[in-house]
Amino acid sequence: MSQLAGLFAELAQKNRKALIPFVTAGDPNPDFTVPLMHAMVDAGADIIELGVPFSDPMADGPVIQRASERALAHHQSLRTTLAIATEFRKTNGHTPIVIMGYLNPVEIMGYEKFADAVQAAGVDGVLTVDLPPEEAEECTALLKARGVDPIFLLAPNSSAERVQKMDAIGSGYLYYVSLKGVTGAGHLDVADVEAKLAEIRANTKLPVAIGFGVKDAETAKTIANLGDGVVVGSALISQIEANLHSPAQAKQAIIELLTAMRQAMDN
Amino acid sequence: MTEKYNMPDARGHFGAYGGIFVAETLMPAIQELNAAYQYYMHDADFVAELDKDMQHYVGRPSPLYHAERWSKELGGAQIYLKREDLNHTGSHKINNTVGQALLAKRMGKTRIIAETGAGQHGVATATVAARLGLECVIYMGAVDVARQSLNVYRMKLLGATVVAVESGSKTLKDALNEALRDWVTNIDNTFYIIGTVAGPHPYPAMVRDFQAILGREAKQQCLVQAGKLPNALVACVGGGSNAMGLFYPFIDDADVKLIGVEAAGDGVETGRHSAPLCAGRPGVLHGNRTYLMSDDDGEIIETHSISAGLDYPGVGPEHAWLKDSGRAQYVNITDNEALEGFYALTRMEGIIPALESSHAMAYTLKLAPTMKQDEILIVNLSGRGDKDMQTMARREGIEL
Repeated sequence: MSQLAGLFAELAQKNRKALIPFVTAGDPNPDFTVPLMHAMVDAGADIIELGVPFSDPMADGPVIQRASERALAHHQSLRTTLAIATEFRKTNGHTPIVIMGYLNPVEIMGYEKFADAVQAAGVDGVLTVDLPPEEAEECTALLKARGVDPIFLLAPNSSAERVQKMDAIGSGYLYYVSLKGVTGAGHLDVADVEAKLAEIRANTKLPVAIGFGVKDAETAKTIANLGDGVVVGSALISQIEANLHSPAQAKQAIIELLTAMRQAMDN
Repeated sequence: MTEKYNMPDARGHFGAYGGIFVAETLMPAIQELNAAYQYYMHDADFVAELDKDMQHYVGRPSPLYHAERWSKELGGAQIYLKREDLNHTGSHKINNTVGQALLAKRMGKTRIIAETGAGQHGVATATVAARLGLECVIYMGAVDVARQSLNVYRMKLLGATVVAVESGSKTLKDALNEALRDWVTNIDNTFYIIGTVAGPHPYPAMVRDFQAILGREAKQQCLVQAGKLPNALVACVGGGSNAMGLFYPFIDDADVKLIGVEAAGDGVETGRHSAPLCAGRPGVLHGNRTYLMSDDDGEIIETHSISAGLDYPGVGPEHAWLKDSGRAQYVNITDNEALEGFYALTRMEGIIPALESSHAMAYTLKLAPTMKQDEILIVNLSGRGDKDMQTMARREGIEL
């Protein structure tokens, strides 16, 4: 059983939902990320999604795009993002790390070299935004052979047939994007998410984490009741952006928000 | 070639290139588009409506013009210009926007979006949107908005909303990112008219098919006027839609050389260029695998060209395939050389070419003299230079 599968099984037994913060590696500077990851675990994070900065983040909204730009200004890359994971692993051997990014850096590194590097860095899952199952066979086979879970996205307009496809090729968990649009976008319709989740559950046994539109403790609690995990990204990164003059304050604001989400989800 | 050319395969692959590399949020829209495209391309009603519009609205067929004075001056091949500059809105871009807009209408979409670099595709999109009464939003990099203000004004006159994109390098690639974000958000009522032979399948094949009318005409016109097929074809390549439209009907004619001209900017050796086929490497961007300008970390490199329409870090996947298979050859032309091409055609033939097309003209200056006088060279004059008057005047130190 992979680290991620084991975690979700354990959480299910405790009737607890996974809190999954997303931060862009190297935002606002390369030294910020590893201490933040540890602090997020202390605040109740179960899995950490680490964004790999990319010059053209087509599926992300302005908040995460600007995070990418800040990190790229420090030459943060796929390689240095994996170095951050390695560093984190020195003192935390159990919290799963999922790296999330776009395909081109992986293509340039080469699939096999990438799979080796991911495994060596202690990364547990890989979500490649612009690699749908139709094109993913080669890459996912290499990852799975090394015990790394390929994570796939589901959208509000994904058909039952596509959910089955993700179920067949993905592992660890599926990431349901609860809104049409880019990261950080608008308002979440709870009834819509609930109805869609029922449809998804009918076609997969994999845990389902829900993201896009999780802004505060209240939405985190609502979403936690519907899925197996809650992904929060833009709301955290907004705290970095609001405190660019003081990374220490940014970190504190992120931890406060996560702590509030954890409490709301557990009560 | 003994077997008839039939790329791409059902999954949109041209060998290792092409494909569908998009986020899941876009997948259903891509599948819906592909189904509509496969159906309507063989629907007699649709084809008849398209033919009628091409003739009466676009003004097709465009002439194939024998540039006799220029041919004589260069002393080599007989140069024939495919006059896409004479189309409605002034470039080949309208061939594709008319086709995709008719498709949008059949699919019941009420809102059109597009990205644009030089503004030619934006103008061609705003034009068909106005004609069909569709809402229209055009994404354009802020840098391009500044250097192509005339086209921005034209789009606004036509009723389009022009959004200046401030992210990244503020050019064509960033406009494309922003258009993709719009599409994903407004997927139910919106049709995204991509302007070049790039993007996820079916765009590369679909745009090629809409543009191939210019190549079919050129072939027919050449046979009538010269009594034989041309020896070589030359076209500029940014994303590569005018080149693909010209090349496609000739791919099985193995004796016809296909030559694509990329923008070398300050020179390929300086790194400041837009020539992924000549100096890039394969990767994945904007929904397809193709040659790209990217660094060792896989980040996309900022490009440079005097011509906004060629200022793009990728290229259509079919060109990548044609390059690797050796069927087509790709060369590059610097900004300064393109200007020589611009002045040469203007002064020898009284035709002012777009700066994009000027790259093809500049390569003609090199190639034609090396060919025999009974050989034929067809050069795609993909657009007219009116839009570039401000850029050219500024270079000459003239305030308009």
